[in-house]
Amino acid sequence: MIPELGHFAVVLALLLAAAQGFFGIVGPQRGRVAWMNAAHSAAIGQWVFLSLAFGCLIYAFVQFDFSVRYVAGHSNSLLPTFYRVAASWGGHEGSLLFWALVLATWTAVLAAFSRAVPLAFKSRVIGVLGLVSIGFLTFMLFTSNPFARLVPAAVDGNDLNPLLQDPALAIHPPMLYVGYVGFAMAFAFACATLIEGRTDTLWAKWARPWTLVAWLFLGIGITLGSWWAYYELGWGGYWFWDPVENASFMPWLIGTALIHSLAVTEKRGLFKSWTLLLAISAFSLSLLGTFLVRSGVLVSVHAFATDPARGLYILAFLVAVIGGALALYTWRAPMMKSESGFELASREAFLLFNNALLVGATLLILLGTLYPLFLDALSLGKISVGPPYFNVAFMIPMVPLVLLMSIGMHSVWKRSRLGPVRNKLLVLLGVAVAAAVALMLFNYGEFHWMGLVGFTISIWLIASALVEPIAKWGQWRTLPAGFWGMVIAHLGVGMFTLGVTGVESYRIERDISMGVGETVTLQGYNFRFEGTRMVQGPNYEAIEADIAISREDGKVFTTLRPQKRFYASGGNPMTEAGIHVNYARDLFVALGEDLGQGRWSMRVQYKPLLRYIWLGALFMALGGLVAAADRRYRVRASAKDTVPAGAGEAAR
Amino acid sequence: MTRSLKSLVPAAIFVVLVGFLFVGLFRDPSKIPSPLVGKPAPDFTLEGLRDPSQVISNESLAGRMYLLNVWNSSCVTCRQEHPMLMQIARSSGLPIVGLNWKEVDWPEDPEVGRVRAIDWLTRFGDPYELVAYDKEGSVGINFGVYGTPETFLVSADGMILAKRVGAMTPEAWEQEFLPLIARGQGGS
Repeated sequence: MIPELGHFAVVLALLLAAAQGFFGIVGPQRGRVAWMNAAHSAAIGQWVFLSLAFGCLIYAFVQFDFSVRYVAGHSNSLLPTFYRVAASWGGHEGSLLFWALVLATWTAVLAAFSRAVPLAFKSRVIGVLGLVSIGFLTFMLFTSNPFARLVPAAVDGNDLNPLLQDPALAIHPPMLYVGYVGFAMAFAFACATLIEGRTDTLWAKWARPWTLVAWLFLGIGITLGSWWAYYELGWGGYWFWDPVENASFMPWLIGTALIHSLAVTEKRGLFKSWTLLLAISAFSLSLLGTFLVRSGVLVSVHAFATDPARGLYILAFLVAVIGGALALYTWRAPMMKSESGFELASREAFLLFNNALLVGATLLILLGTLYPLFLDALSLGKISVGPPYFNVAFMIPMVPLVLLMSIGMHSVWKRSRLGPVRNKLLVLLGVAVAAAVALMLFNYGEFHWMGLVGFTISIWLIASALVEPIAKWGQWRTLPAGFWGMVIAHLGVGMFTLGVTGVESYRIERDISMGVGETVTLQGYNFRFEGTRMVQGPNYEAIEADIAISREDGKVFTTLRPQKRFYASGGNPMTEAGIHVNYARDLFVALGEDLGQGRWSMRVQYKPLLRYIWLGALFMALGGLVAAADRRYRVRASAKDTVPAGAGEAAR
Repeated sequence: MTRSLKSLVPAAIFVVLVGFLFVGLFRDPSKIPSPLVGKPAPDFTLEGLRDPSQVISNESLAGRMYLLNVWNSSCVTCRQEHPMLMQIARSSGLPIVGLNWKEVDWPEDPEVGRVRAIDWLTRFGDPYELVAYDKEGSVGINFGVYGTPETFLVSADGMILAKRVGAMTPEAWEQEFLPLIARGQGGS
């Protein structure tokens, strides 16, 4: 009964989404305020019914209702409650419902709280979001209903994929979806602008906080995924350039370009059509990611169970949403004119380089991701594109990006004037080179060209980001949150670059076999294998090894306990790595295979500066949060803002 | 005019992309045509996995049709495929030759890999009549193996009749392999 209630709630939500799309877009066209208000109410109603539906799905999981196909497929009677709740978004059907719920939530927040945006414009935004929602809800109802029954009911369910039974991965998909769907807001703002034919730049101001929040959630989601892969997959890597990883990374990169481009459009009235295009692209790449993950066109370790009917539906949806937006863009973009020029070393120019490099990096990743598909479609053979391509393709635009960032942060709008900061930056650059060389020679004892470049640009960036905060320390309260957000996020980029450089230049990885009592030494750390034991978990049993770690003095300072888990539901054994962390490095041990006679194969790794990769990513997200909290986004609309837009300028 | 042309560029790129995605939908990315199908299987001579002194080569099964399955113990898909291979071994009467390929990555000791691979077969069951150990990986390369698992059907006179990339599924077995096997056994 409860699952049918959930199913019915989804149907009602679909009807409300249709009403929301119709009244939201036609209302402002005809100038009917009642219709516009109806779109708002429909948006809130849609949120209510989707919350109800999602509640029903969670209820079915918590109550072990194995007569529901999705529940039986993704949980069993041994699965702990936390993971049963997480399983509601852990599979294809449930994750779609979650997507739709997040979209409805963002829309409802906009409908209920955003007072700065004029009614007609807001209605159009809500209308566009309604149309997007129709696509997701029909997709769910016609191809992937999470409430479909299983007749006869299963006695017990399959398990949730053991890989997903981890706290970081349980919350990784929701973060990603909040980010993906958040870009739907920027997308809807851009579409509403194009529909209305606005040529002013207020939309950029309205869209900025939404875009920042979407971007920061996506960043957290990607970081969690990377962290999880590191300790759970047992390879000790943090990024694999898998098509599905790329699918989440590309919208993030475009989103990064977008938040910078929005700043230029808002403050200086430049890059207008470019910013609109980026807003459309960020969401388009999110949808493309959905298509790639769920259609089976690419081979990936992450892919959901795939089905050509689903693929065809998503492709049609892609054509409708992205095609529609790009048609609008083609029609309206020629109206957008930039209001002024700028000099070569002005802030506009630096942000232009930023955009060009970020978009370039995205295109290179997109090319690498889809290249196998292109070749196959043209019958030119089957290939796969791996990390060697991506590492180089990504590094080429990133090195100049980080370099320019150090300077660009201190540039001013419109004019080429760095002023007294120029000498400071040059001194800091010298200091950074010296520090990089010292770090390599004295700490790691080995010189690397890539290490020199990476350490230099990251240290320089961190120093450069701190110049202004230190100079203005006394008056920090007077500086806007946007400024602090920028400083924090750019510090994050510096830490991230530092971490990647350290790991890629100085990591040590050994795959070895060890018997009890044997020791292996890496970078001055002794790893001694003390033996194994069996451990019992709630729905698995595991073999756990003790690895005692000591320095030259022989005193054991920690014992790592890597596990190999065998889940009751069967399938592959899962590795839980043993990791010791401090500010300078990670020590990583994964338990491999039992080689007999008490010997085990082990993967032992020394990873310098690894944590700075994730710390940097979290700083970027924190920077986004601080910037989004800037007071000026919360003020009510001023009289100037509410003038029906475009009319005057369109005549120019 | 140039302005409106320029604004057409994103839409044009998108149309091309959709074309590729549409074609891609109807293609199976794991289906890789092999230039070796219809040609004689490459010559190989390898040591056995369980017994290094055993010699396994093309001649070992001369005169019999057989399946050559490329696998290793760290391959997740091989584990998924494994019950299907066990079933084929039981029901088809066709000998399966295991080619253990890329079990170890340099600098890992090949003997460590050997023990691990044998352990894997002990734990999950052994569908193979013969298991060869391709320590250097060269035989896999001669067979044009992209990744594990791959399965080749080799005729009694040593020709490669079919090739499957990725896990052997009941559908692939029934639709691609069984007709060829029926024809081959009827003809000989």
